[in-house]
Amino acid sequence: MNSLPPQKGRSEGLAGENTDERPRAAACKDSSPANCATPEDLSEWTQVLSPDRGWFDLRLGELWRYRDLVFRFFRRDFVASYKQTILGPLWFFIPPIFTTLIFTVVFGKIGQIPTDGMPPFLFFLLGNTAWTYFASCLTRSATTFSGNAGLFGKVYFPRMVMPLSTILANLLTFAIQFGLFLALYLVFWLRGSPIEPNWRIVILPLLLLQMGALGLGIGCIVSALTTRFRDLAYMIAFGTQFWMYASCVVYPLSQIPREWRWLFILNPMVPIIESLRFAFLGGGIVEMWHLAISAAITLVLLFIGLVMFSRSEKTFMDTI
Amino acid sequence: MSVVIKVEGLSKCYRLGDISRKMLYEDLQRRWARFRGKQDPFSFINDPKAAQRAEAREVWALQDVDMEVRDGDVVGIIGRNGSGKSTLLKILSKITAPTKGRALVKGRVASLLEVGTGFHGELSGRENVYMNAAILGMTKQEIDRKFDQIVDFSGVEKFIDTPVKRYSSGMTVRLAFAVAAHLDPEILIIDEVLAVGDAAFQKKCLGRMSEVAREGRTILFVSHQVAAVENLCTRGVVLENGKVKFTGAQSDAISYYVGSFTQQSSSLRERTDRQGNGQIRIVNIEFRDPDGRTLTTVQSGRDVDVYLFFENDTPAVERPALWVHIQVKSGLDVPVFSQSNLMTGESFEPLLPERGAFVCRLRKLPLPSSLFRLNYIVNNAPVGGTLLDRMDNAVELPVEGGDFFGSGQIPDAHEGVCLVAGDWRVQADAVSSSAPAPAPATVGT
Repeated sequence: MNSLPPQKGRSEGLAGENTDERPRAAACKDSSPANCATPEDLSEWTQVLSPDRGWFDLRLGELWRYRDLVFRFFRRDFVASYKQTILGPLWFFIPPIFTTLIFTVVFGKIGQIPTDGMPPFLFFLLGNTAWTYFASCLTRSATTFSGNAGLFGKVYFPRMVMPLSTILANLLTFAIQFGLFLALYLVFWLRGSPIEPNWRIVILPLLLLQMGALGLGIGCIVSALTTRFRDLAYMIAFGTQFWMYASCVVYPLSQIPREWRWLFILNPMVPIIESLRFAFLGGGIVEMWHLAISAAITLVLLFIGLVMFSRSEKTFMDTI
Repeated sequence: MSVVIKVEGLSKCYRLGDISRKMLYEDLQRRWARFRGKQDPFSFINDPKAAQRAEAREVWALQDVDMEVRDGDVVGIIGRNGSGKSTLLKILSKITAPTKGRALVKGRVASLLEVGTGFHGELSGRENVYMNAAILGMTKQEIDRKFDQIVDFSGVEKFIDTPVKRYSSGMTVRLAFAVAAHLDPEILIIDEVLAVGDAAFQKKCLGRMSEVAREGRTILFVSHQVAAVENLCTRGVVLENGKVKFTGAQSDAISYYVGSFTQQSSSLRERTDRQGNGQIRIVNIEFRDPDGRTLTTVQSGRDVDVYLFFENDTPAVERPALWVHIQVKSGLDVPVFSQSNLMTGESFEPLLPERGAFVCRLRKLPLPSSLFRLNYIVNNAPVGGTLLDRMDNAVELPVEGGDFFGSGQIPDAHEGVCLVAGDWRVQADAVSSSAPAPAPATVGT
């Protein structure tokens, strides 16, 4: 139930003044008839703690009130991440560079996977950077409940604060790593590599949003399921690895035989990565309906994830 | 004064047992039944057999708790371990949801189940203050406004920009508590874990809390330390096995709580709170003087025989290492001493009769005038044996003041929960070991 928005600050408009019919009606609809006998009674209470679990109860107002905390956690994660390391912020660049080098050598040189005329290094770097962002959104959201049980067991705040703050931190990491991509991109471009950036790069923010939403959605599903059964937590580690190889990160979609492409289109990450390459490097297969399917799947998964998250967040402490 | 917390029929059920494949299977069965509109296969309405099965697997940490807290009340919630205090607290602070019933809350709630939640060693004191305060529900404006006060209270101004991992543990706790102390909610929920730390810190915590209470804030304080409740609270609620047993003025609640330890008047034979397999059961406990006269109260300093009358369902079974243990506890549940045939190195005949009594003589009873209680354990073997019978708070042991020291002085229970015989004298040539040592004797002469 819990549909009465918590009041901000002290003693302002708790009782009489706020006699808006809507929250009352909402509270009444969700609760059992017994509780409904005195619906006017409920409006003066700031919080109703009951077993009823909202079916889809995001409580965005409450989340907004805790926006500071989202920012704090984001800052904490970010500031604390490379403290007491000698290379410090260089660590933002080392993994993508080396992974890309390995990809270039293993898949580009040894495996001879064609990159549709795009410079292999940039091809792999772009795919890897985007994938890293998505994968960390996914894995960090997936451990929301199990990883923060200690904190969640001591104090209440909207649980969604945690995944949102990690997505922010991932976005910033992505921005830094993408800066690296742009720098190398410039170098390649000045040296006359055949890369054709086009106006479609404006789609980048939308794709970032979509990857974040997709990671959050699946992460929430896993997170909600792992409150009881931890199996999925183990699956997620190799699952993301497996998924990467199914997502056109180390090969272009054009390498997939035509009759199997439909299967790859169903993977929402494929159109995203292909679009990124198309926008920045000018190669790849992108069609509007691919993106539409990908967006639809993302929305469905996000919706399922949020429902499962809000259903389990009230009682997960009992089973975790 | 208006009601700010109203708890109605609040219940909380926990499932016992491992989370395993079996549980997944049960979950799926429940879902399937609900999906088809059938009754929950594990619910136990109309099915006493299922009820037994389910009861063994579920535990009700809270049962039908009704409670009202008014504006400005400082309520102490007291109860023994496992009485449901923490569960109630967790529900009121929204960490978990109830299974049945509901709680209505008016106003902003801050709960302090721990100080320093979310502290991060790598961040500076300043950043941690903001972090911790935000977790506890303060907005940035509020923190900005109170920041100086918080730092002042903590006394770590000089180090406020140093990473917290360089702090001493005392400094960390002070800073954390300073944040907690400057929360400004209408309702403050405090767990007794807050009152850990050294005595000075505890005093500061309690002092600050009573300050908050005087400001007319509503406080819920959970504890089994009677003293803390006595100092701080105006009203008390006693919880026992998940049910509210008493609500009223603080002093009445405390005396109810202390009294509840000994109110189990039903005879031992009918008690249901036994543990163990019951092959040997203690059915009665009596105290007798050395001449065999039954005593209703025992006197300090006298010898007393504790008779543990038993019934043995398995007279044919040999028990060479049988272990009988009694423990005496004070009225506030503090263990005072234990006795067992293991400690005295005595073993019983391996074959016990069907009926009889284990008798333990306590020599020169070292207890002052007060009401004590007795726990007992009967086990097949001291280590790794099967538990035969065990009961906590089996009987009360009322002790009357007596001439323990043989000096005519009757010791008072306020001076300590146990008595120790001793002698005093003056020794003129005594030298303290920390005083300059006398010249050492030369070796070899």
